[in-house]
Amino acid sequence: MAKYLLLKHYRGAPAAVNDVPMDQWTPEEVTAHVQYMRDFAARLEGTGEFVDGQALAPEGTFVRYDGEGRPPVTDGPFAETKDLIAGWMVIDVETYERAIELAGELSAAPGAGGKPIHEWLEVRPFYGVPPTITE
Amino acid sequence: MDEALLRTLTPTVIGILVRRGADFAAAEDAVQDALVEAVRVWPDDPPRDPKGWLVTAAWRKFLDAARADTSRRHREVRVDDEPVPEPGVAVDDTLQMYFLCAHPSLTPASAVALTLRAVGGLTTRQIAQAYLVPEATMAQRISRAKRTVSGVRFNQPGDVATVLRVLYLVFNEGYSGDVDLAAEAIRLTRQLAAKTNHEEVAGLLALMLLHHARRPARTGPDGRLVPLAEQDRGRWNTRLIAEGVDVLQAALTRDRLGEFQAQAAIAALHADARTAEETDWVQIVEWYDELVRLTDNPVARLNRAVAVGEADGPRAGLAALAGLDPALPRHAAVAAYLHERDGDPVTAARLYAEAARSAPSLPERDHLTRQAARLNAQLRS
Repeated sequence: MAKYLLLKHYRGAPAAVNDVPMDQWTPEEVTAHVQYMRDFAARLEGTGEFVDGQALAPEGTFVRYDGEGRPPVTDGPFAETKDLIAGWMVIDVETYERAIELAGELSAAPGAGGKPIHEWLEVRPFYGVPPTITE
Repeated sequence: MDEALLRTLTPTVIGILVRRGADFAAAEDAVQDALVEAVRVWPDDPPRDPKGWLVTAAWRKFLDAARADTSRRHREVRVDDEPVPEPGVAVDDTLQMYFLCAHPSLTPASAVALTLRAVGGLTTRQIAQAYLVPEATMAQRISRAKRTVSGVRFNQPGDVATVLRVLYLVFNEGYSGDVDLAAEAIRLTRQLAAKTNHEEVAGLLALMLLHHARRPARTGPDGRLVPLAEQDRGRWNTRLIAEGVDVLQAALTRDRLGEFQAQAAIAALHADARTAEETDWVQIVEWYDELVRLTDNPVARLNRAVAVGEADGPRAGLAALAGLDPALPRHAAVAAYLHERDGDPVTAARLYAEAARSAPSLPERDHLTRQAARLNAQLRS
């Protein structure tokens, strides 16, 4: 098994095919979308492939060390920052192909007009563990 | 096997071990070990005296651990094998355990974890699940908390207010693992109410019962939030409401008002209305006035603005909102609601979308997004 991170972006991914902000959908479309995401996670728990999933609030702050005895410097959020993560799901699957298949299904979550959003999700492999047997 | 009884005995048994000379941290560990053994052994061999069994088992675990510790350190520490007779117990052990676990030197998260373990008798794994952290993390949090209170004398009287804040947190926050934290908070508050004669303990118990009564109606089958006004009131638990109202009334007759009694009174007024339209908003505003007087809490002022909007119209509500910091959590959601009632769907839709972006939880975000979507759809048609 190998673990993959499916990353959803508020910003930074190429534009989705069905790219309408959520507050412009109908309330029923919002409900259908939320239900799809819940069902997707529940199904992966059922197949033993779900590891974790979390959503992030859109507001963030950049922070860095500013030297001995000084408080950290905070700044942002920066409008020019290209990447803004909205959330993730970690899956543990047999093959890379399976990870791609699942990301494709997640991207088909319904949006405006009840049609799939076709949003771009980023699939990132986790580093695994070194094998015990090496020859 | 009666697991509830088992867990109820936890603080008493820890207290007995402490009185026999064990330090709190070791006593707490020993009782946890004894609880695990009880869960294993009792189903086939139920004891006639569950408390006596637990005391004996926990004391044995404590002695074993102390001996192992001693030999590990190659030091000679004399451990008395014979249980020391308990001195005359003037203060209730369970009550002392509440005070210790909510000690002001602890952070709120530590106090919550320690209370759930040493008073509630939950395992570290259950507590970790409830707060979505790894078990090792929760174990560390609990052992650090125990170290923090290790110097506190066990029979010092504590402050009930700190205990109430911890129980309130247990009720109000936490995810659902295999433990129902709200029910556990009610159990612990009920137990505290039975041991104290404090009107705010009763107030908090009433508050919890009245809110717990609404739980079946608060979320839809798909997990979505259902706002108070739209809840199916037929699904409210009338038994819990009746109990909450009784507890509250008894507390209020003592004429020592506090914030939990005031909040419970507001919840009771909602519970009293058969439909949302029948809600006595004028009285609710009066209770919010009391609450603001008692706490000067900005969140209470924010909720008061909603009640004023219902009692005196949305303009009055917006006026009540005007002086409040827009950075307050849920400020935009309240403003959106009042603007919609005031006949301004454009502003309301914009504020709902803004509120969704700053929502503190996913169900709230989805609910607020749906509100914005509803208004935007209306505006398009």
